[in-house]
Amino acid sequence: MGIFGRIREGLKKTRSGIMGRLESLFSRNIFDDNFFEELEEVLIGADVGVETTLEMVEKLRRLVREERPGEADRVVEMLKGLMLEVLGEESSGLNLAAEKPTVILVLGVNGVGKTTTIGKLAGRLRAENKKVLVAAGDTFRAAAIEQLETWANRAGADLVKHQQGADPSAVLFDALSAARARGSDVVICDTAGRLHNKTNLMEELRKVRRVVEKALPGAPHEVLLVLDATTGQNALAQARVFNDVAPLTGLVLTKLDGTAKGGILVAVARELNIPVKFIGVGEKMDDLQPFNPTEYVDALFSPLT
Amino acid sequence: MVFESLSGKLRETLKRLRGKGKLTEKDVDAALREVRLALLEADVNFKVVKDFISQVRERCLGKEVLESLTPGQQVIKIVNEELTRLMGQSAAKLNQASSPPTVVMMVGLQGSGKTTSAAKLASFLKKKQHTPLLAAADIYRPAAIRQLQVLGEQLGLPVFQLGQQDPVTIARAALESARKNRNDYLIIDTAGRLHIDEELMGELQRIEKAVSPHETLLVVDAMTGQDAVNVAKSFHEKLGLTGVVLTKLDGDTRGGAALSVRSVTGCPIKFAGLGEKADAFEPFHPDRMASRILGMGDVLSLIEKVQTSFDADKAREMEKKLRSQQFTLEDFLDQLQQVKNMGPLNQLLEMLPGMGQMGKKLKGLTVDDRELVKVEAIIRSMTKKERLNPDIINSSRRKRIAAGSGTRVQDVNNLLKQFDMMQKMMKQFGKGKIKGRGKFPFV
Repeated sequence: MGIFGRIREGLKKTRSGIMGRLESLFSRNIFDDNFFEELEEVLIGADVGVETTLEMVEKLRRLVREERPGEADRVVEMLKGLMLEVLGEESSGLNLAAEKPTVILVLGVNGVGKTTTIGKLAGRLRAENKKVLVAAGDTFRAAAIEQLETWANRAGADLVKHQQGADPSAVLFDALSAARARGSDVVICDTAGRLHNKTNLMEELRKVRRVVEKALPGAPHEVLLVLDATTGQNALAQARVFNDVAPLTGLVLTKLDGTAKGGILVAVARELNIPVKFIGVGEKMDDLQPFNPTEYVDALFSPLT
Repeated sequence: MVFESLSGKLRETLKRLRGKGKLTEKDVDAALREVRLALLEADVNFKVVKDFISQVRERCLGKEVLESLTPGQQVIKIVNEELTRLMGQSAAKLNQASSPPTVVMMVGLQGSGKTTSAAKLASFLKKKQHTPLLAAADIYRPAAIRQLQVLGEQLGLPVFQLGQQDPVTIARAALESARKNRNDYLIIDTAGRLHIDEELMGELQRIEKAVSPHETLLVVDAMTGQDAVNVAKSFHEKLGLTGVVLTKLDGDTRGGAALSVRSVTGCPIKFAGLGEKADAFEPFHPDRMASRILGMGDVLSLIEKVQTSFDADKAREMEKKLRSQQFTLEDFLDQLQQVKNMGPLNQLLEMLPGMGQMGKKLKGLTVDDRELVKVEAIIRSMTKKERLNPDIINSSRRKRIAAGSGTRVQDVNNLLKQFDMMQKMMKQFGKGKIKGRGKFPFV
């Protein structure tokens, strides 16, 4: 089963999927105020957020008024189009450096799945025959280093680590030196989870980024923010602040195999214009997939068959 | 800041309801439309919001509001009461077994903070002279057992583990061990799982059957969005939850998930996780949280926190000063000294009444702890007279203070401005009662 099959499966299981509601909504073929209001609820229920939803529904209203579509299918297409306008139609791959190593910095608040994402990403890159080195930059959380070590072993990647409590900048500095010495293609840097409103921790992150840049001019080539699909509107605040501290090049949306739709993506993409690069749909090594906006929107809006 | 934006929104709306003699039905609807949007933006589930709004509307449209003398007061009262009712009235305690050990099972989605909360709960119990045993039953996530062991070591708590064996076996053996070693609490950390994962949910049901927990606590990330309802409902249906732990409340999430979870499960939120350190864990006070949403500040929490860090006399004195508006820069300095013993400043500030509002106006007050040093230097560079009566600080005094403290005149200005606003806020607060219903500081 494809990943979007899996998302659909998730939607089916709860019977609260967007489509379950949309189907009954669209089967009416009457596009009045009630229709749009209910549509608002559907989008808000998918965590798209009030502001983005209101804007999108307003645009849809205008389109419907202009075009006067007769069928629900056409309205679905319009809505999909509006979402894709925001998300971008193409999937975007990883930025690889012209000269190796490519350095990927992975950030996020606590518990979104940074370490797991790094493990899976390392596995993906290894499958493409790249030499991968992971840097255990989460020196704060108990056993974070061991967790990353397990994933590195599974993926067949090198690991550079210090002790728990060590300076994360020092770990990453060493990792970059090691990567150059060993001729690694890609270095993936883990960082400790931190809430974006903790000034000190965000300053630490700023420093980490600076040290990476100093150790290897041009790095980091990718700064990925990991977002949890179950997170609500706070994800927007997270993206804003992290983007300010370490300009982001991409997003990873994890835990899409549950019943959460991750609609906050739309709000984040709308405001910050950062592409979503990967989605996490499970706990296994190959459960990290490139994000394809068209498929994502289709999965949200396609009938449950 | 917890619920800050939500409070801000509600206050904005309710402000518009002030000063009118009578409320029309149109007024109420306009206000409630705003309340609805504010709650949705706060991630409260849309169905929960719907119910809430209709309840409040019904009550608002009764004569209570329309015939009352100050309609603004009434609406706030009703919104507050309904929010409080939705959140549960009072702090809930941990269930206790008639014959120990009391078995507590921690369950939840991946990354919600189960392992950390398990350790924090054990540490919390230990401080109350209990002898908890932690059991590591997360056999799936790499190094999860190790994480619990490390935390156990740090906190001086025993951790039971059997490696990657069947979690049911682990739980059973842990219970055996707790009985043998006379641990009065057994806290079982389980693996994070999706609520729709039949197999893993079945595993939890088997653990439940094997050890019959007295508490099954769902650990929920305060940042959870609309899906909180689905998650809570599934876990509750399969396991019969007895309570909720709300984590990462030290973030700036609006925390609407708290309302959602509470309303679909009916289970009390028993604890709140407020940071990465082991002692950043408190019993959850739903009534206070509801009043915090309305911007009354969490005065009760503040006083409680003050009492554990200050000596009782000082606390009483400060509370009196807060109320009687005789709060000077001198007191402020005195407090700064004590604040340093009380933990991160941001956490304290958000407990102050009106801080939600203040935070927005005065970005400077959502300071990081280093700012304290600056503030202290500025106040220390003032004369005693200036501290007691900041109004006399003219521009030449400002220059002197800036030079003396190694800061800029701007910094001095900022501090004085902030202090002035704080005093105004205190005044408003002093006029209101903390506990009395119906009399609110900002109406």
